[in-house]
Amino acid sequence: MTDRPILMARHIAHCYRTPRGEVRALREVSLTLRRGEFVCLVGPSGCGKTTLLRILAGLLHPTRGEVWLGDQPLRGPDRRIGIMFQKDSLLPWRTALENVRLPLELSGWPGPEAARRAQALLEQVGLQGFEHAYPRELSGGMQQRVALARALAADPEILLLDEPFATLDAITRERLNEMLIGLWERQRKTVLMVTHDVHEAAWLADRVLVMSPRPGTIVAEIQVPSPRPRGADRWSHPAFLQTVWAIRQALGDGGG
Amino acid sequence: MHGKATGWGTWHRTGIWLPRAGAALLFVLLWSLVVRLGDYPPFILPGPERVAARMWALAAEGSLWRHWWATAVEVGLGLGLGVAVGLILAYPLAHWRLFERMVAPYLVASQAVPIVAIAPLLIIWFGPGLLARVLVSALIAFFPVLIAAIAGFRQVPPEWRELFRSLQATRWQTFWKLEWPAALPTIFGGLKIGATLSVIGAFVGELISADRGIGFLIKQGQGLYDTPLVFGGILLLASQALLLYGVISALEHRWARR
Ligand SMILES: Nc1ncnc2c1ncn2[C@@H]1O[C@H](COP(=O)(O)OP(=O)(O)OP(=O)(O)O)[C@@H](O)[C@H]1O
Ligand SMILES: [Mg+2]
Repeated sequence: MTDRPILMARHIAHCYRTPRGEVRALREVSLTLRRGEFVCLVGPSGCGKTTLLRILAGLLHPTRGEVWLGDQPLRGPDRRIGIMFQKDSLLPWRTALENVRLPLELSGWPGPEAARRAQALLEQVGLQGFEHAYPRELSGGMQQRVALARALAADPEILLLDEPFATLDAITRERLNEMLIGLWERQRKTVLMVTHDVHEAAWLADRVLVMSPRPGTIVAEIQVPSPRPRGADRWSHPAFLQTVWAIRQALGDGGG
Repeated sequence: MHGKATGWGTWHRTGIWLPRAGAALLFVLLWSLVVRLGDYPPFILPGPERVAARMWALAAEGSLWRHWWATAVEVGLGLGLGVAVGLILAYPLAHWRLFERMVAPYLVASQAVPIVAIAPLLIIWFGPGLLARVLVSALIAFFPVLIAAIAGFRQVPPEWRELFRSLQATRWQTFWKLEWPAALPTIFGGLKIGATLSVIGAFVGELISADRGIGFLIKQGQGLYDTPLVFGGILLLASQALLLYGVISALEHRWARR
């Protein structure tokens, strides 16, 4: 793990223009992701988390400010950045395997190789045996695993995850978070994950960024000191509970 | 006794065809009952047996198939052309508002004028041959396909578009791997309407100018007060619409399952 910044946002602000006027989504956001770290972004609903992620992925041009990928300004979507969306985004006419293969197809991989890699990715997320199932035949948790495998397919350096498991029940979510941490520990990608869940953030992240209500800005940056691996016994560590408390308070302050 | 040996598949098939055959039988029975009870003369309302006999005679002299095929060719070409034009126009119309604003009024106008009013014009311009009848058929078949395809292309969820953008898909890739498959179920809806309209279009073309085809048969039947022939012609037309509908439904089942 190095400390080299890989993705930076500088003084980002964003207004959406709608027929009913302007919506200020982000007021002022600066952040730096360092290579290999796992960062969580928490904030109240509607504070602009998805907006920020879309800006960091090059999908949306901010009204003000800029994003740097390595030492170059980000001009648009980039293969080094993978994004997993909040809403289920699997294509219903493609099987699990075909969905995972999509990014490879689009960048011109030969068919058999792409199929082999997609197969391996599905195994990594624990979906062997479901390669030929259509999304509607999969449970919500399985669908999100497919989406995660797809986000990993093109082997991006940075993974942006927008509340990847928010719609799932607590037990499934816990399982998938364990799987995600396992993947991250093996591959050491840089991860920025949006979540509503304070515990989840304290459990998974090296660092937690807390946003204020809309128009969003980052009101606190909390280092998570708990050592890894953080098993189920994390609940008995005072440091963990302190982190949870600190995030809670930062969220509360932002609301005032 | 029953169950495992027959298998569910077999039951499923008879399960579809049995009620269909039953409904057809019921229809024919009601029809002959009405004829018998009302005691109508055959040139007003012929019974099913008379219509069958007339068709049989036509088939025996070899012209039934010839007329059926003549109309089928017009329908096939008309629908094919209509679908091609509809799909090709739909993409730019769905994506470029300016183009839509320029072209849409003409498209709507082309549909507001009854096809029976336009058909003579097409026959004056393109002559009394096959081409004019194909054009009449295409002219009404393309519209529902166009409207459905525009709706289909526009309704592609923004999340999926964003996914393709994040994967840096080219315009061509976005079309083939996203817009086309996403729009296909909607397009099939329009295609089914277009298919039935293409039969009407070919028929109208034949009514106005043709020396063969089902429209020609019906016009001949009308002139000679050969009502069984008119009835037979109507059944032939229905058979083409049904056949086309069946083929399209089968394709839909294969390609646009969700
Ligand atoms: N495409 C858009 N057009 C107009 N306004 C938008 C658009 N997308 C988001 N907004 C507005 O911007 C604000 C921030 O939205 P955003 O989706 O970024 O919030 P969020 O933090 O991700 O919320 P949640 O936690 O509920 O997902 C909201 O007020 C929303 O109404
Ligand atoms: Mg969001």
